[in-house]
Amino acid sequence: MKVLIDQDKCVGAGQCVLAAPDVFDQRDEDGIVVLLQEYPPAELHEDVRQAARICPALAIELDEA
Amino acid sequence: MTDTIPTFPMTRAKGCPFDPSPELTELGEKGPVNRVRIWDGSTPWLITGYEEQRAALADPRISADVRKEGYPHVSESGKARRQHLQAFITMDNPEHDVHRRMLTRDFMVKRIEKLRPRVQEIVDGLIDQMLAGPRPADLVRDFALPVPSLVICELLGVPYADHDFFQRCSSRLLNRTVSAEEALAISDELRNYLIKLVAAKDAEPADDLLSRLVVEQLRTGALTDVEVADMAVLLLIAGHETTANMIALGTTALLQHPEQLAELRETEDPKLVANAVEELLRYLHIVHSGRRRVATEDIEIGGQLIRAGEGLIAAGEIGNREQGAFEGDPGELDIHRQSRHHVAFGYGIHQCLGQPLARMELQVVYSTLYRRIPTLRLAVPLEEIEFKHDMIVYGVHSLPVEW
Ligand code: HEM
Ligand code: SF4
Repeated sequence: MKVLIDQDKCVGAGQCVLAAPDVFDQRDEDGIVVLLQEYPPAELHEDVRQAARICPALAIELDEA
Repeated sequence: MTDTIPTFPMTRAKGCPFDPSPELTELGEKGPVNRVRIWDGSTPWLITGYEEQRAALADPRISADVRKEGYPHVSESGKARRQHLQAFITMDNPEHDVHRRMLTRDFMVKRIEKLRPRVQEIVDGLIDQMLAGPRPADLVRDFALPVPSLVICELLGVPYADHDFFQRCSSRLLNRTVSAEEALAISDELRNYLIKLVAAKDAEPADDLLSRLVVEQLRTGALTDVEVADMAVLLLIAGHETTANMIALGTTALLQHPEQLAELRETEDPKLVANAVEELLRYLHIVHSGRRRVATEDIEIGGQLIRAGEGLIAAGEIGNREQGAFEGDPGELDIHRQSRHHVAFGYGIHQCLGQPLARMELQVVYSTLYRRIPTLRLAVPLEEIEFKHDMIVYGVHSLPVEW
């Protein structure tokens, strides 16, 4: 699984950080999403899928190919 | 008759204060998108389907701009006031994100977590006072309102001594039956109060959000004093009424589910508490007036063509109870259900900015109140409790409690 984020779309709602704290963080200066792991390990995939699903700004995309 | 258009909002059934109106539920069963008639005679589309709401609210072709023709206003006073208040809750992109990003730092999960010990202190202090005071107490007046009011005042840098003033203002503004004149007068009063405060912060900046907005946005010319004031009004109103209603209505609901209340009282697991907060947000869906928008282009939602200029209302209380969208029976309260994907904070770019704060406050409250007052109970029968049918945000007007 490859995670892609779009910082221009992010509205800093923090949903991804709550769903998958090992994969997403928020930038100190403005609360915009940062990616901690581009290729998260399998045990985190379910959380990452949830993060992508609940992100209100559609700023998280997953490449599961 | 299939061609009669139902009126929205619809009344809840007697004796079922936690459930959406049965007519609304029935309408949702007909299909995810239906026409309704609102107070001014206009007939916007009501979206009840869970996925359809998310799709609509995340679509850049729908607008939250209350000045646009076709926007389905909540009430006459809402129409008057919304055209007065200029804050990002009614802006579209790119403007919306520019304004919202002036605040996202203050509400990010990490920073809100740092406030937890202070919120715990506030909650414990108010419980001490309540326990030392007369019985029955009014949980709304003595606890549910002061918790978020104190917190947002400290965060913003608004004197708590003025809480009577702004609580009265916001409860009038959130009343659907207030006249346009009164709503405008109150909006002016609130704005002028904040403009004075902005000037005071400009003269002497302190360590609070309002001062930061003054230094970073007002002094650089990015925002005018009216814009800073209106942003603060938005935070002040959004920051205390909603959370207060979740505290009081949540407690009312939990008292009707004693096993779940007991579990919440006994648990040492912060994950269960956090889960219960999400489930109560989903189940109670207090923002029961719908997320309101207007289409700026023709779009199709749930198989229905919605024309440019037509209004839309997303009814989250139905979406949040949709079979299949949530595990088990979404009509029931179950604090173990995984319900974080609810739409109680809305969806799309306007999804609640204050959600990390609201979550933290509710987690502290739900994990403290019932533990500190294990015998907490209603002092009157449930039938005598007055629910906020007439208000834009649902809850209880007062909650007499004993212990
Ligand atoms: C349980 C408590 C809360 C609930 C249920 C709630 C609900 C909501 C909802 C449904 C929206 C979306 C409005 C729309 O789409 O038209 C919203 C937006 C907003 N909320 Fe909350 N809220 C809560 C607490 C708070 C708190 C504590 C604050 C902050 C101090 C806050 C600040 C805001 C702001 C600023 C917006 C506008 C966001 C935007 O337009 O980008 N809310 N809230
Ligand atoms: S959930 Fe989406 S909008 Fe919220 S912080 Fe994460 S990426 Fe940004």
